[in-house]
This record gives sequence, structure tokens and C-alpha cells, in this order.
Amino acid sequence: MAQVSLNNIRKIYPNGVEAVQQTSFDIADGEFLVLVGPSGCGKSTLLRMIAGLEDITEGELRIGDRVVNHVDPADRDIAMVFQNYALYPHMTVRRNIGYGLKNRKTPADVIAAKVREAAEMLNLTDYLDRKPSQLSGGQRQRVAMGRAVVRDPSLFLFDEPLSNLDAKLRHQMRIEIKALQRRLGVTSVYVTHDQVEAMTMADKIIVLNAGRIEQIGTPSEIYHNPASTFVASFMGAPPMNLLDARFEAGQVRINGGTPLLPASGSGPVTVGIRPEDAELTPEGPLGFDIQIVEELGGHRLLHGQLADQPFTLHVGKEVEARPGAARVNLRPEALRLFDKTTGQAL
Amino acid sequence: MKRAGFTTRWLPILLLLPQLSIIAIFFYWPAAHAVHSSFYLADPFGFGATYVGVDNYADLAGSSEYLKVARFTLIFTLLVTFFSLALALLLAVKADNIIRGAKSYRTLLMWVYAVAPPVAGFIGLIMFNQSWGPLTEAARAIGWDFKLGVNFNDTATAMVLVAVWKQVPVNFIFFLSGLQSIPKPVREAALIDNRSARGRFWDVTFPLLAPTGFFLLIINITYALFDTFGVIDTMVKGEPGNNPMTLVYKVYVDGFRGNDMGGSSAQSVILMLLVLALTIFQFRLIERRIHYT
Repeated sequence: MAQVSLNNIRKIYPNGVEAVQQTSFDIADGEFLVLVGPSGCGKSTLLRMIAGLEDITEGELRIGDRVVNHVDPADRDIAMVFQNYALYPHMTVRRNIGYGLKNRKTPADVIAAKVREAAEMLNLTDYLDRKPSQLSGGQRQRVAMGRAVVRDPSLFLFDEPLSNLDAKLRHQMRIEIKALQRRLGVTSVYVTHDQVEAMTMADKIIVLNAGRIEQIGTPSEIYHNPASTFVASFMGAPPMNLLDARFEAGQVRINGGTPLLPASGSGPVTVGIRPEDAELTPEGPLGFDIQIVEELGGHRLLHGQLADQPFTLHVGKEVEARPGAARVNLRPEALRLFDKTTGQAL
Repeated sequence: MKRAGFTTRWLPILLLLPQLSIIAIFFYWPAAHAVHSSFYLADPFGFGATYVGVDNYADLAGSSEYLKVARFTLIFTLLVTFFSLALALLLAVKADNIIRGAKSYRTLLMWVYAVAPPVAGFIGLIMFNQSWGPLTEAARAIGWDFKLGVNFNDTATAMVLVAVWKQVPVNFIFFLSGLQSIPKPVREAALIDNRSARGRFWDVTFPLLAPTGFFLLIINITYALFDTFGVIDTMVKGEPGNNPMTLVYKVYVDGFRGNDMGGSSAQSVILMLLVLALTIFQFRLIERRIHYT
């Protein structure tokens, strides 16, 4: 277990591409940190720099009380789970899990005991003598986990470990990984492009975009108080509604005059609201033209136009809705304002 | 898996016929002919042949010269195979470390592959020329009076060198593509699991290269046994005398120089059996064990 700190870390590839701009953050002891962002945002590069698989161009990386910029990956006391598992195809499950220990001069009987323990924890006991090619995707994923936990590292690194699994298995493994991390209390960094994984697993989320940190926060902070329109539209499914509005006479007004909430300022502004923070009500001040009703069993999503802009509304299963004209009310306390040009929260 | 079937019986036979006839005309027929003539003592001038039973084989078994050539062939094959594979693997591993350069290395080293064996032998002759060959001079510089075509061991050394030089590029290409087909995450996982580069090579890289390695082993043994004919022919041209030669070259020398068709055929039959054994070895033992995916 360790505290990890990144101090002005930067990555420039030899071809001149700046994959990660100057970045600083700390990961607390035992924390589950998720790096999330679209592909090419630098999240994997960041993880690989922590692992030592990628050189750090600038800045200082500390794991525990050591600066590890130039420490070999094998000496960083980390374990990594890769996207396509990266199991050794010629070794049995037993040897795959024990390989890292064997190279650390662990006595054979200790290795055997630890491998057995890890296999029990991950339901792999019956598969110890199989080769990876004889396992299913979920089992391979577990072997990769076993290889990581057996070493008792001070830091777990996960590089999109669930993206090769089908939806049902992904859901199950998500819970298993989270539970395992809780139980072992090992500091973890988890990279994903899937915002659901980020929301459900993280103690702390870092949203990255184009090599830059957009926001650092708890899942709830990120969801309710996004720092920019990028975060607002990246996190949440469906994403936050973003509407063009204007500051006029001490109010934010939309649709040529309907006041939303009192605020001072001038010119155009972007208003954000989560789909579940608007309500369908006959007395609502705004007209909503419902075009498509998505039936999801537990709730419904209504897609349509509000003030001539695309809008999505989330309603409970008890609310009847069909395409056509309706009225909505946007809860003023749930409205978020963003700068029209920079996209930053106001 | 779905099996496609033919509705008529003669169509598949007709489609196979060209291939089968090529095999029959160019392989089975001469092979059968060789087996047949290995039991006869042929007149050097082609005026008939006398049936001698297994005498030709018995002669070979009792011939100290044949055993000497067989022993040289064995050593030659071992040396050529070992050094061709080892050097190529070393080069491939080094080239693979610099992925960017790999492409140009690949092309540069590939050039040698385009050299025909007799030309390789000829280049060897030039390099080891008695009066001005650069390698002869290099050997002289370290006090080795190199006499190509005169001293048995010197000639053998030159043959091995040229044969290895000729084969390294082929092996290099196969090893390099073998190395580059090892998934990058697997190597990275090994990087985290094992500090020692040597350990990673023997534990992860080498076993994953094994399919390529065993394929190349068979290819190289076959090469050293048979395809080095051109190299040997050029280097000992005209005067086999005391010079080293391989079994295949002896088939040629006895058959076409010595006009001993029967003995030469018997030697061919022995080589055919050797190839057969190699093939069985490859299919039965190796292909069964080395398979991961």
C-alpha cells in the first residue's frame, strides 16, 4: 500500500506529440482512482508511465517515499492487469500466477501456498493446470487478476481490463474487482473509456481530455458539478443536456425570454441540466416537443426538442408519456452554467 | 466445420491429376528408378547392368571413406544448423530491440538471401583466395596459415562459414517476424514480472519463438544436408581429393565422376530414408508438442 504522487508529469513522444500535458495529482493510500476519457486522451500513457513501461519526459513520480522515474518496472512494487490479459500462453495457470514470485526468489512452498490462496479467492482452483488457451474470457481475466494479487504489490494498475468481455460478464467482473480491491485495500489506478465503470468503481475520478486533466473529483462531484461542458457531456448516460441561453436583466433566459434562474452577467451562456433534474408538468414554463420515447423498464427516456434544441428527459416508470407537445420545468437548483466559448463552469 | 462435397467421383480425381502426375514423374518415378538401380552393378559405358543384390549397400557399410563422409556430413550439418540459427536469433533479438531500424536491417540482411549457393561458394573462394583473399590474410594475421582446398580442416571451416553466411538472412527474417508477432502486452507483463532481461528471454520470448525455431531447425538441417551442394561444388571444384564433402556431394561424385551408378543410387536411397525420418520426426514429435494458440 502506498501513496502515489505525480508532480508536473509530462510526456512528449519522439515524434513531437505531447500525449500528456503537465499533470500533477496525488493518489491516497488505499484509494481506487479511475482515469477516464475518450481514446487518445493520454490516460493509458499516464498509466504506463506509472508502470514504467513508458519513459517520463518531465516531472517526478513517487510511489511510497521513493522517486521511481528511473526505477525498473519490476522494482516498482506494482502489478498490472492488461486489456487483453497478456497471459503467458505457454505456461499453465499455476505458472502464470506464480511467475512474478518465482523471479523474486520466493521459496517454492510459499509460492505454491500463495497461488493456491489466490486461486481460491478467484474460483480458479479447478483450472490451475490448464493453459490460457483452454480458458474462457472471464477466466483469463481472473488469471490476470490472480497474477496481480499474488504478488502483494503496493499498487495495482488496470489498463481497460474489462473492455474485451461481454456486457454481462463486464458487470459481474466490475463488482468482483471492486470487492477485491476493498478487501485487499491496495491503492489502485484504473484506466477506462467507459464512464459507467468510472462512476461505479471509483473513489476518485480524473477526467482527461486531449492530454489534459478536465476535472478531479468523487463520482458524485463529477456527475453533479462538472467542471466543463466536456465533462458534462462525457460523464453520464444519457449525458447532461446543454442548452444555449442568455444573460438578460439579472436572469438567465432561454427561448427568447423565459427566465430560468437569477444570475448576473451578460451575453450568451450554456446551461446544463441532467435529464433526471427536469420534470414533466402541465404548469411547466417551457414547451417540450417529445419525438421518441425510450422504454427502459425501470424508467423512460424522452428525446425531443426544447426551445428548438435537442433535449433528453428522464422520467420514472409511473409517468406516462407519448410523443407530442408537453410542458417541462427545469429545477433551478440543478442548473449549471458554463462559459459559452471556453466551456468552463461559471 | 462444413465439408464441401463433390457430386461426381471423377471431378476431384481430375483436379488432383496435374499435381499427382508432377509428383509421380518428378519424384516417384526417379525414386523408384534409384531404388531399382541400387541393386545393380551398372556398366560404366551403359552396356547393361548386373543384379548384385544388396552388395552396393554392404559395400557402403564397409567403406571407411563413406563413413568418413557421413561423419563429416553430421558435423557439418550440426555446425551449420547451430551457427545459422544462433547468429540469426542473436541478430533478430538485437534488431527487434530497435523496432524503428528493423525494417532497414531486414532489407539489408535479406540481400544475402538472394545470392545463389554457387555464387556464395564463389564469393567464399575469393574471400579465401590463397594469395590475396582478405579472410586468408586475416587468418594469417593471427598466425593461421589458411590453405583452402589443400588442408582438410581449413576447407571445412571455409565451407561452414560460407554455408552459415548464406543461411543467416533467411533465419533472421523468420526469427524477426516471430519476435514481432509476440504480443507486446505479454512482453510488458514479463517486464513487470521479471527484472532480468536474460530471464525474460529464456522464460517468455524463447518458448514463444519455439514454433518458429523448430520449423527453422528442420529447414536448416535440410539446407545443410542438401542445399549446400552448390557451395561445396564451387569450393572443391575439380579436385575432391582429400577435401571434405557431404553425402549429397558424394552421390554426385561417385555417380557422375566415378560412373558407379549402382553405388550412387544406393547412397541416394539412404538419403531418401534420412529425409523420410526427418519428416516423420517433424510431424510426429514436434508439430504435436509445439502448439500454443
